[in-house]
Amino acid sequence: MAITLNVIVQGVLTGLVYGLMALGLSVIFGVMRVVNFAHGEFTVIAMYAAFILFEMLGLQPLIVLLPIAAAFFVVGYLLQRSLISPFVGRAEHEQFILLVGLATVIVNGLLLVFGPDARPINLPYSFDSYAIGSLFIDKVRVYAALGAFAVAAALFLFFRYTRTGTAIRACADNLTGAAVVGLDVKQLYAVTFGLGLACVGAAGTLMATIADASPSLAQAYTLLAFTIVIIGGLGSMVGALVGGVLIGVSEALAGFYIQPSMKSMFSFALLIIVLVLRPQGLLGRRL
Amino acid sequence: MTNIWHNAGARGKLLCLLLLAVLVATPLAADRYLLSVLILVFYFAYLGQAWNLLMGFAGQLSLGHALYLGLGAYTATALWTLFGIGPWLGVFIAIPVAAAAGMFVGWLGWRFAIEGVYFALLTIAFAEFTRIGFDHLQVTGASAGLFLSVNSPGSDKWWNLGGGPLLYYYLALILAAGATFLVAYLRQSPLGYRWLAVREDPEAARAVGIDIFRARMIAMLFSASMTAVGGVFYGFYYRNLFPSQVFDIGRSIELILAPIIGGLGTIFGPVVGALILTPLGESLTALMEALGINAPGVKLIFYGLMLMVIISLRPDGVWPWLARRLGLSGARK
Repeated sequence: MAITLNVIVQGVLTGLVYGLMALGLSVIFGVMRVVNFAHGEFTVIAMYAAFILFEMLGLQPLIVLLPIAAAFFVVGYLLQRSLISPFVGRAEHEQFILLVGLATVIVNGLLLVFGPDARPINLPYSFDSYAIGSLFIDKVRVYAALGAFAVAAALFLFFRYTRTGTAIRACADNLTGAAVVGLDVKQLYAVTFGLGLACVGAAGTLMATIADASPSLAQAYTLLAFTIVIIGGLGSMVGALVGGVLIGVSEALAGFYIQPSMKSMFSFALLIIVLVLRPQGLLGRRL
Repeated sequence: MTNIWHNAGARGKLLCLLLLAVLVATPLAADRYLLSVLILVFYFAYLGQAWNLLMGFAGQLSLGHALYLGLGAYTATALWTLFGIGPWLGVFIAIPVAAAAGMFVGWLGWRFAIEGVYFALLTIAFAEFTRIGFDHLQVTGASAGLFLSVNSPGSDKWWNLGGGPLLYYYLALILAAGATFLVAYLRQSPLGYRWLAVREDPEAARAVGIDIFRARMIAMLFSASMTAVGGVFYGFYYRNLFPSQVFDIGRSIELILAPIIGGLGTIFGPVVGALILTPLGESLTALMEALGINAPGVKLIFYGLMLMVIISLRPDGVWPWLARRLGLSGARK
């Protein structure tokens, strides 16, 4: 029982980081209806960024979290302004194909530059853990989960209380109405994509402390993000975090009790069950 | 069948026959390398036709066709290695297996109104699910792979789908040409018109009495079955199977390239796409080798860029534009 509880707690902590990654996807889709199929690829770029900054300059991931997120915001903003903007409102499969192309370029570019080997970040506290009774919790996971939670909370507050956040929500609710009252939709979309990628940048940086960066993770993370967002409900911000925790726990349990290499099978099974029983997701609005 | 031929137009007929004649005669002059590139061209043209049937005609985006490819490949290969059942017989077991999987995915998706992006993700989820399953299936060698012996008696005979490049060349050519004719035939059949109606406007199609679910399921049946045959070819051509390669999402993406570049929903799009893309990709690989650069990902980066450029600038693909230039009819979408 104590072991199971340990596994579950680790799963919840990892799941929060997954949730932050998925949150980025959810924000982008919820507002623009654009499916970012290169999501995991961007996550892995952030992991490599954290790895390089740590190896070259000795900067710890928690310190570079915000700078990397800011850089990703800029990348996302520019990407939306240049490449993706013409695709807003076009057929779903065309957006999908554009981003599949982008994902292919990124993942093979990473492979070309960094090679296929996994790159771990060895922090001084990598192997420390907190002991609470019979629970042993990895220090890195606690920090990563706290970081993910803080970024997610900041995003919630932004959407709830700032003028720009409210304007973006207006675009998501009623695009025509938003345009009629004079909101600069193109600008707001670019900000949204930037925010989505900022989430990814932060999530990738945190992920780098609990998983080793490698190009082969990219596709798996893209699928993971989609699985989480669909389970939680596309467009629902709380849903993304809940879905992330759910998948984190399911992966941890399957990895521990069955086989680590089979853990994503259970995530896909969960996805299929949710798609069939509740296509709008656990916390999504009715389709 | 006569109908399609009749509608093709004189120039179209001539070009079609000319292309076929050249391709039939090619092995007389070509070396092994050129043949291997052309085999890939036919292979991708064939699979492109199969995928285009579902996406281009019935309007359903599948990003998990590796599932049917892999099931076809694994079924036929396992039947041969485990029970000595040859591929010409095995293909008739491989088809129902893949078709059943396709119908299950389609049924799950369309029965519960899962469409568009959601459907695409469902197809990916099933392919990935199966990949991991095969990674742990001991009977077929799990992640260590399944190999076709080259030494066992009769394995180099044509009736066991073994032999030199000529066999595979003509087989792939027949598959690609046959699929193109089948698709052209289906396109102008009542079924084809129903697909187009469902693709363009499902609600309107329903209103005029078309059973949307049934139309999509039939498209899936054809598409998955044809892909499975391609899988059997894959298995016996490469003679080794790894779940991480056959069921990989990269396979699913690779086989949608030709129809998208060539032109979604057109009959010759997949053929033109494969004719453009495969030689370009292969020559890029050859160039890299000649320059002594070991960069296996360059071909894929190039494919990814092609996807982005084509979908940004010419989302209808190359063929409709090319057909207009050549003064051919039959390029309508």
